[in-house]
Amino acid sequence: MEFFHKVPHINFLAVRKLAMGMSVVVLLIAIASLVIHGLNFGVDFTGGVTVQVSYPAPADLQTVRSTLARAGFPDAIVQNFGTPEEVLIRLQPKRGVSGKDTGNNVMDALQKVTPQVKLEQVNFVGPEVGKDLAYKGALAFILTLLGILAYVWLRFERRLAIGGVLATLHDVVFVVGVFSIFHIEFDLNVLAAVLAVMGYSVNDTVVVFDRIREDFRKLRKGTPFEIINLAINQTLSRTIITSGTTLLVVIALLILGGPVLHGFSLALFVGIIVGTYSSIYIASAAAFMLGVSKKDLMVRVKGDQPVDDMP
Amino acid sequence: MLNRYPSWKNITVILVTVIGILLALPNLYGEDPSVQVSENNAQVSSATTLQVEQALDAAKLPYKSAVISDNRVLVRFSDTDTQLRALSVVKKSLGSNFVVALNLAPRTPRWIRDIGLRPMAKGLDLQGGVHFQLQVDLDAAVQAKLQRDMTDLRGAMREKLIHYQDVSISGDTINMLFRTADDVSKARALLSTQYPELTVNSGTPANSLAARISPQAVQSIRQLAVEQNITTLRNRVNELGVAEPVVQQQGGNSIVVELPGVQDTARAKEILGATATLEFRLVDYTADAVSAQKTGHIPLDDQLFTDKSGRPVLLKRDVIVSGDQLVNATSGFSQEDGTPDVNVTLDSAGAAKMGETTRENLNRPMAVLYIETKTERTTVNGQVIPVHKKVYTVINVATIRGIFSKNFQISGLGQDEAKNLSLLLRAGSLAAPMDIVEERTVGPSLGQENIKQGFYAALLGFVLVVVFIAMYYKTFGVIADLAVFMNLVLTVALLTIFQATLTLPGIAGIVLTLGMGVDANVLINEHIREEVRAGNSPQASIHAGYERAFATIVDAHVTTLTAAVMLFLFGTGPVKGFAVTLSLGILTSLFTAIMGTRSIVNWVYGGRKLTRLPV
Repeated sequence: MEFFHKVPHINFLAVRKLAMGMSVVVLLIAIASLVIHGLNFGVDFTGGVTVQVSYPAPADLQTVRSTLARAGFPDAIVQNFGTPEEVLIRLQPKRGVSGKDTGNNVMDALQKVTPQVKLEQVNFVGPEVGKDLAYKGALAFILTLLGILAYVWLRFERRLAIGGVLATLHDVVFVVGVFSIFHIEFDLNVLAAVLAVMGYSVNDTVVVFDRIREDFRKLRKGTPFEIINLAINQTLSRTIITSGTTLLVVIALLILGGPVLHGFSLALFVGIIVGTYSSIYIASAAAFMLGVSKKDLMVRVKGDQPVDDMP
Repeated sequence: MLNRYPSWKNITVILVTVIGILLALPNLYGEDPSVQVSENNAQVSSATTLQVEQALDAAKLPYKSAVISDNRVLVRFSDTDTQLRALSVVKKSLGSNFVVALNLAPRTPRWIRDIGLRPMAKGLDLQGGVHFQLQVDLDAAVQAKLQRDMTDLRGAMREKLIHYQDVSISGDTINMLFRTADDVSKARALLSTQYPELTVNSGTPANSLAARISPQAVQSIRQLAVEQNITTLRNRVNELGVAEPVVQQQGGNSIVVELPGVQDTARAKEILGATATLEFRLVDYTADAVSAQKTGHIPLDDQLFTDKSGRPVLLKRDVIVSGDQLVNATSGFSQEDGTPDVNVTLDSAGAAKMGETTRENLNRPMAVLYIETKTERTTVNGQVIPVHKKVYTVINVATIRGIFSKNFQISGLGQDEAKNLSLLLRAGSLAAPMDIVEERTVGPSLGQENIKQGFYAALLGFVLVVVFIAMYYKTFGVIADLAVFMNLVLTVALLTIFQATLTLPGIAGIVLTLGMGVDANVLINEHIREEVRAGNSPQASIHAGYERAFATIVDAHVTTLTAAVMLFLFGTGPVKGFAVTLSLGILTSLFTAIMGTRSIVNWVYGGRKLTRLPV
């Protein structure tokens, strides 16, 4: 089986301006949403209490809400979690009351109405812990970007490094933007997924860059436009298969992984798709627009060695 | 001839494969829900096993086996339902000197256990349990140290006949007021010889001294406080009888405690969070406590406390023995009247002091003061700050009936009270109060659900990828599949060696590396196809394909590893688990894709005349 029996000749770079423009628009929407809506941070970041309970039959959320309101939790956020029987309750911590006690109070109130309700999980996170997490997450993000920039710069070249970082940044903003626009909970697992997306995105980009470098060195003629286009086409089959297989796995996680991994798999799902797109239209196109050329990627010859040892 | 591998490379691949499979093997067997029984301060004997078996037989609860291993009786069951019922049955039949706890006992065969291989531990999200993050109040540790110094100082000054009017603490300073200048100079001499960590200055009123604790001493007190709290928590956790507890420092002043499998979380928290200690003090029987409470006129060397029913008691300020001088404490029943009591054993310094005190105060009352630190939160300038409040209760006043030193009993307690008190005493006291800042409880059924979902997702993802790759690259695809499978085995093997804890994000990490591990093989096979298309001979195509893919694979892996390492450095808990599996998966994928598949390809095709390649 082969997707492309011959190397395809798709003129990717021809539509670079259109693609870039679209990306910029989408990113602006994402950033606007982040500024206006912010992120729906999970209890990991905000601090607070979550109580997960399971009912023997599909739970009536309205009853749960009113029961909790009567028990002194009027601000409880009640939602289904995965299945109609599972209910997730989010609370702001009360002063002087620990998470466990809150969990017990919630359970007592619910069990008065439905005795068979079962406690599945209680999470209590202090506000200081959440702040620390957000800080560390941001730090990890910045250092990963710098790490990528440094590696690609050293192994390849400055323009490619900038293109790679732009592509990675694009993917992260896109994924986080999706979580903001659709108001999906952003928890610790999603943060891990976003950082994994950075790794995936740069992986994809580096493979294309590798080919660009190889082609610049190997081919005597050809403009940067032609060579970058060729490199993208040559790696297209690999790009599709790798993205495809990784997506297969992520889809399995998304469908079967359960509610705990839902945000995580979703972030990866979106991240892999945009990561594939960005290695072509952001990373490679940006490097082209920055004017990467043959001489930037030639092997640097050491002074004491003959340039050519052929007779 | 092209594509022959030197035998050392083949041997390496075979060795790594065999060792990897062996190391990953323990994880295949699963676990039995079980109940473990250990005895406080004693070896469990076959008599205990017999007792447990009889109790279970009497309750008609079927069990798989009951054997002694690692100084505990381990009883295996076929389901968690029986396990839970057995727990209460065994608890009831054995009494308070035994610690009975739930456990998941691995079903690994004997020969695997004999070579020291154990399956990966499961995280809380997979087996249920409690996770606490506690923050240590280090300032309180410094205050406690000052308090101890002050008590000591008082005793030392009395011994040396230095007459003081008042000794008190303000901030990080002990203030002393004396009658005469002579007392001041004697006190100075005492301080400089015996309390080097205090810096002594003249105080503001005449004949007074201010002894300030040095910054270096504060620093070391803080460090020791965290360490001692960890030790104490470990002891307490061990008393709880949790199978695989985790107690470790996180950052400068935080401690993480994970108790997998714990279901009675309320009790766990009570035991962990309690910062209780005891002090033995003499009762001032010459003064009237009730009138002292009314008038507020308390004798100079006394302090006013209340007992459990709120009645006032006047105690001497000086502490005879405090909780940290305790060696052991067990609960039992009094031989005289059968009421619950606690048997206390002191260390030699404590014993000497106790002996001396009881000799001088025969037939006079002595009290046990129970000091509990409770945490309350108040808002100061918009910030929620935990405030630790000490609650003093006189739990027991008894007449000293004889001269005792090392061993004695505390009576007048309820049965549960005696049991909890002995436990807390045994576990030592905390150097500083702690505040729970994070707390996660996962029910056991949720854990099983998580593991099932994670497992099926991983399985489905794996099967989909394997089928697709085999279809797409034919024989070379099957070889790539072998590599991906080995990648899985090696990742699990490495995780097992490091005794990593498997969490749900960890499973996701493994699944994700499968997807990405395929990438290296895709790169190789695409390059080989390209060479074939360019008209090169099959052998040359294999050779060049691997050669050209190599640099790309390394570049791609290193950059992904960068992200994984950052995740590890800055992640906590589950994110760290994810980062570890991702990093290991990337490393093993380098090996399996480059060396592993090459070895198979060379073995199958190397050195032969080929007309076409099934790629």
